[in-house]
Amino acid sequence: MTKSGLIEEVARRTPHISKKDTEVVVNTIFESMIESLREGERIEIRGFGSFQVKVREAREGRNPKTGAPVQISAKRTPFFKVGKELKEMVDESPDPDVEKQEAVL
Amino acid sequence: MTKAEIVEQIYERVGFSKKEAAELVEKVFEIIKETLAEGEKVKVSGFGNFVVRHKNARKGRNPQTGQEILLDARKVLTFKPSLVLKNVLNDEDEVDEGNPQSIETVGEPSDIY
Repeated sequence: MTKSGLIEEVARRTPHISKKDTEVVVNTIFESMIESLREGERIEIRGFGSFQVKVREAREGRNPKTGAPVQISAKRTPFFKVGKELKEMVDESPDPDVEKQEAVL
Repeated sequence: MTKAEIVEQIYERVGFSKKEAAELVEKVFEIIKETLAEGEKVKVSGFGNFVVRHKNARKGRNPQTGQEILLDARKVLTFKPSLVLKNVLNDEDEVDEGNPQSIETVGEPSDIY
């Protein structure tokens, strides 16, 4: 499912709200989450999971082609930790292979 | 940030009533959860991809006792942040036009735009 698929499905379940408005809201949700992470804030969505920004220290890496050492600067990276409820739901999800077979039929 | 604060943001920015905003936020996370529970991935361009991965059974150890235990095969959820999100966090240009075919966007042109 892509973001447009998500918007479609939200719109389908909320017939009293226009699809255009649904699209604006879905975009605003992710935009506000990005801004929150940008400020270094932690996001916690109960039943879903939490997002947090962690800092990766600067380190010396190597160019895999030439083997030459390169300096890699410190980086901020987002991390997601799945919530208990979703973790259990995913663990019980059908096998991807089964899903593919069904998609063919 | 919590769900309530996301609702607040929608109320402020879009002008929706808090009731409607809350309903939509609820639905969005509900649908993402249901989709992942089906084993299907969810791709949010500009944010990241949520992917269900299968982990094979393996031998592990109880870190406290050192006793060997068998960990069952399981499915886990992974989140791969989009290049846009990673760049935003590092105050870089949102889209690196010199490198449009990043790992995250290969085979998925819709993610770039």
